[in-house]
Amino acid sequence: MSLLAWIPFYPLISFLLLIALGRRLSWGLASTLSIGAIALSAISSGLVISQLASADSGIISVKLWSWFSLGSAEVNFSFYLDSLSAVMISVVSGVGLLIHAYAAAYMKNDENFSRFMAYMNLFIVAMLILVLADNLVLLYLGWEGVGLCSFLLIGFWYQEKENVLAARKAFIVTRVGDTAMAIGLFLLFKSLGELNIAAVNVSASSLWQIGDELPYWIALLLLGGAVGKSAQLPLQTWLPDAMAGPTPVSALIHAATMVTAGVYLIARMQGVFLLSPEVMSYVAWVGALTLLLAGVAALAQKDIKRVLAYSTMSQIGYMMLALGAGAWSAGVFHLMTHAFFKALLFLTAGSVILALHHQQDLFKMGGLLKKLPVESGLFIVGLICLMALPGTSGFFSKEAIIATLWSSPTAGPVLWWGAILGALLTSIYSCRLFFLAFLGASREHDKVHDLHHDHPTVLLRWPLFLLALLSLFGGLISLDFTEVFAVASSVDAAQEPAWLHPLAIATPFIGIAFAWFFFKSYRDNNGEALEMKPGGLNRFCGDGLGFDWLYHSLLVRPYCFLAAINRRDIIDQLIMFNGWYVRLWHDAMSASQNGSLRWYAAGIGLAVVCLAGVTTL
Amino acid sequence: MILTIVMLGFLLLGAFAWYMEGISSRAPRWIALFAVIFAAGLFASFVLGSGTSFAELKPLVRVPWIPLFNIEYALAIDHLSIILLSLTFMLALICVLVSWQEIKEKAGFYYFNLLATFAGIIGVFTAVDLFLFFFFWEVMLLPMTAIIAIWGHENRHFAAIKFFIFTQVSSLLMLVAIILMAAAHYQQTGQLSFYYSDWLALDLPLEYARWLMLGFFIAFAVKLPSVPVHSWLPDAHTQAPTAGSVLLAGVLLKTGAYGLIRFVIFLFPEASQGFAPLAALLGVVSILYGAKMAFAQQDFKRLVAYSSISHMGFVMLALFSFNTTAYQGAVLTLVAHGLSSGALFSLAGIIYSRIHSRNLADMGGFWSSAPRMGGFTLAFAAAAFGLPGLANFIGEFMSLVGAYQVFPVAAVFAALGLIGSAVYGIVLFQSTFHGPPGDKVEDLSGRELVISGSLLGLLLLFGLFPNMILEYSSAAGEQLALLSQGVSNLTGVTYAH
Repeated sequence: MSLLAWIPFYPLISFLLLIALGRRLSWGLASTLSIGAIALSAISSGLVISQLASADSGIISVKLWSWFSLGSAEVNFSFYLDSLSAVMISVVSGVGLLIHAYAAAYMKNDENFSRFMAYMNLFIVAMLILVLADNLVLLYLGWEGVGLCSFLLIGFWYQEKENVLAARKAFIVTRVGDTAMAIGLFLLFKSLGELNIAAVNVSASSLWQIGDELPYWIALLLLGGAVGKSAQLPLQTWLPDAMAGPTPVSALIHAATMVTAGVYLIARMQGVFLLSPEVMSYVAWVGALTLLLAGVAALAQKDIKRVLAYSTMSQIGYMMLALGAGAWSAGVFHLMTHAFFKALLFLTAGSVILALHHQQDLFKMGGLLKKLPVESGLFIVGLICLMALPGTSGFFSKEAIIATLWSSPTAGPVLWWGAILGALLTSIYSCRLFFLAFLGASREHDKVHDLHHDHPTVLLRWPLFLLALLSLFGGLISLDFTEVFAVASSVDAAQEPAWLHPLAIATPFIGIAFAWFFFKSYRDNNGEALEMKPGGLNRFCGDGLGFDWLYHSLLVRPYCFLAAINRRDIIDQLIMFNGWYVRLWHDAMSASQNGSLRWYAAGIGLAVVCLAGVTTL
Repeated sequence: MILTIVMLGFLLLGAFAWYMEGISSRAPRWIALFAVIFAAGLFASFVLGSGTSFAELKPLVRVPWIPLFNIEYALAIDHLSIILLSLTFMLALICVLVSWQEIKEKAGFYYFNLLATFAGIIGVFTAVDLFLFFFFWEVMLLPMTAIIAIWGHENRHFAAIKFFIFTQVSSLLMLVAIILMAAAHYQQTGQLSFYYSDWLALDLPLEYARWLMLGFFIAFAVKLPSVPVHSWLPDAHTQAPTAGSVLLAGVLLKTGAYGLIRFVIFLFPEASQGFAPLAALLGVVSILYGAKMAFAQQDFKRLVAYSSISHMGFVMLALFSFNTTAYQGAVLTLVAHGLSSGALFSLAGIIYSRIHSRNLADMGGFWSSAPRMGGFTLAFAAAAFGLPGLANFIGEFMSLVGAYQVFPVAAVFAALGLIGSAVYGIVLFQSTFHGPPGDKVEDLSGRELVISGSLLGLLLLFGLFPNMILEYSSAAGEQLALLSQGVSNLTGVTYAH
């Protein structure tokens, strides 16, 4: 079997072993097994990608077996590697490896450690299948698989009601998007008779014209799937709650990999999206609105992980914006750099949370710069990448996106301003987070927990250092998508005003300056208790701008109400009414047969009178 | 001939089990286990060793039974019957295994009824004389009613009577249709016949065919079941003992689907096609209504029962789409749902044996004490909500892809069932295994591991390699598609005499 086919199988084998052996495995064995499997995947990925460079067609594919057929179209268990999926598997297996190593240390004392690592491995399997699938049904398999793993890992600490509900919400909300995507597949198959990704992209562009109705609907339905998985408007509400899962889960699934699956899907189905400029501009608008909404919501969070969750949502908004504007490579580039620095931020936040005995409330932190200097340094690296300060990886990728927006036919100046405003918000909430947690004096935790007492230092630190290096220098990795994204968007830079570029670069600094003065009380805090201002606006933004409330009253409550009033099944009751009716007559008739002579005599008399009456009339 | 031996064997060994009850309390279950394994082995060796392809109905036996009315004892099988018979044998094994500890009273009589039901089901899947078919239809009903009424839960008498009346009333319509059909044969050829292939050759006026089709349709729609004639099912499934529920959901519902395929769609292609939009509508309503009702339930078994209604809606929609892909999807859904709902009912029984409750409110947090049971419950719930990799996904996906070609709007609404199934599936799993740890429950025993493991193994096998089943339904599916194009190539459906 080819090397490519093996990539997802190492973690699969490890998953099976971990599930079968469970608690019988010691920590060392379980972590070696699970990390080793990902390491093998990562090495194989590296080898296959180096083979890809020398492959003539720019594609490596392997067919494992024939899955099933839809009419004459075969749906195979086949993997397909081109430069786009190559980036994805390197992120999934590479960043995945670092997060696995960290997770083994982070979760060391959990009694269900093996089960945790098993889920993490299964997640990697599903994610690899998702990005390697050569057809949309196999992609859907990975898509649902990562959804299930996300559900399991959010609800990993299943004894807390809150986690259970968060897991349920994540699964069901993304399932709404998945259903849209499934309908998209039905329509796609009906119109093209084909679900193989490469074939679809080719025949779509040969069969349809730009602006046709069919690609419009197909692209729109696929976008429905993408917004569900990638937590974009209007299906973004699950992601902040998903932070209920252990922090490595948030880093792996809800920052670096799974949530970017929607971006991957759109990039993968470029051939269809290009035929529908309207949907392209919807994609751009969805991205822009989400990044602004999430930026505003991030400003009003108390929980360090929820700030990062909203930040993830907003950064994926940038990727969507890029795709919508036709800046395909820039979008995927940002996907990669974001995976580096957001994983770094989450994992460092995890270390902070561990050191503070599972304290996640920013308002109870403070002064960590002195207490946890290494973690602070790492966090600063993550934040400057997030803010896109010049020289960092985030700078290269975000600037690449913003640069294309102004002149793009599917984006334009309004969205450019949106992206700039988003960048401003990003730097403001990043500073707020940093001031609250790391500056000032400590408010509740005079002593921090020594992390390295019962967690292995090597595993807890080294992944962070490597991620920090990647975050700083990842912008230098050059990605070549000329083979994948055939139509490069040409930006006519001559028409653009000269101040665009300088303003884009200056924006984060404006944000930092603003935050420096605006959040002075957070920065200078000398240890007295801090509270978020209780205003209605703060609460509204903190709750994600009312979407939860909206869906709750529009969808959840009516459905539950409908279920509750009809619990006894009205149709059954109508049918059983028959039974009741028959029984009524049965009772009436049997009551008349009471053996009493007087009743019978009266009956006969009554009948005679009636008959006589009838005959005389 | 071999299937006759199998049926007789079930009856005789059942009677023997009943007799042995007085001698040893353990004997009946061993006899039943032997009977099922023996019968399955016999059947497998016959099918594998016969060397014929069963692409078309292959007659096995045809002898006169009641010569006065030209009623015959005629059995024949094709791929569809073989698939469903294999499912029956598999679930028969599960039924015996789940009853192992559960049935303590009148065990001999219980196993007699169980084996008699198996015999009836095998008859239903093989009879090609319609009178004989009706006979088996009743044979399967009576012992099943007894199983519910004697070994069921607290409300068993009500449930048994409801089950019996629903099925009786509807099969009465079928009986009328059967007699009228024989009469029509008499009118056209001067001879009575109840033989399936004779009927296929009839050329009925559409007006007449419509009414006859409806008679069959109603009987099978009750059995499937479809909204609005579904309401016997939640009561019967909930009140039946575990094996009864497994058998009802796993196999008895499939006799309804089998009937729809064999005696509605292929027998009255034109009339069915005229009726198809309405049937598709019923399918969609069943999908959505079943999913919504499942979510509302507090009783583990009742929830699974309503989910069955939802899943059978996919089958109805797919069959009446007259599309090859949809047909293949429907057949695979039958198998997959048989395995997955059988598994969920087995788990309900396993949990009931620990906590003596079916109420979800009494459950929760079982994961800490019974992780294996949790893993299996999750997997079977995932099968129910169509997780790719398990067989149910392929079935539903193909059903919907095919149905979308014909009834796009209906298929879109049906796809909303994917959300509905996720809701009830997740609620079912979370309210049993998530949450604060409640009572400690004992994890799966060896026997229970065999039950769950084999069912999950099969679901995975057919989910990853569905061609094992699909290739046996493609020929019939193509004929179905041909029928819809107005090419009434009926000679292809009939078999060589």
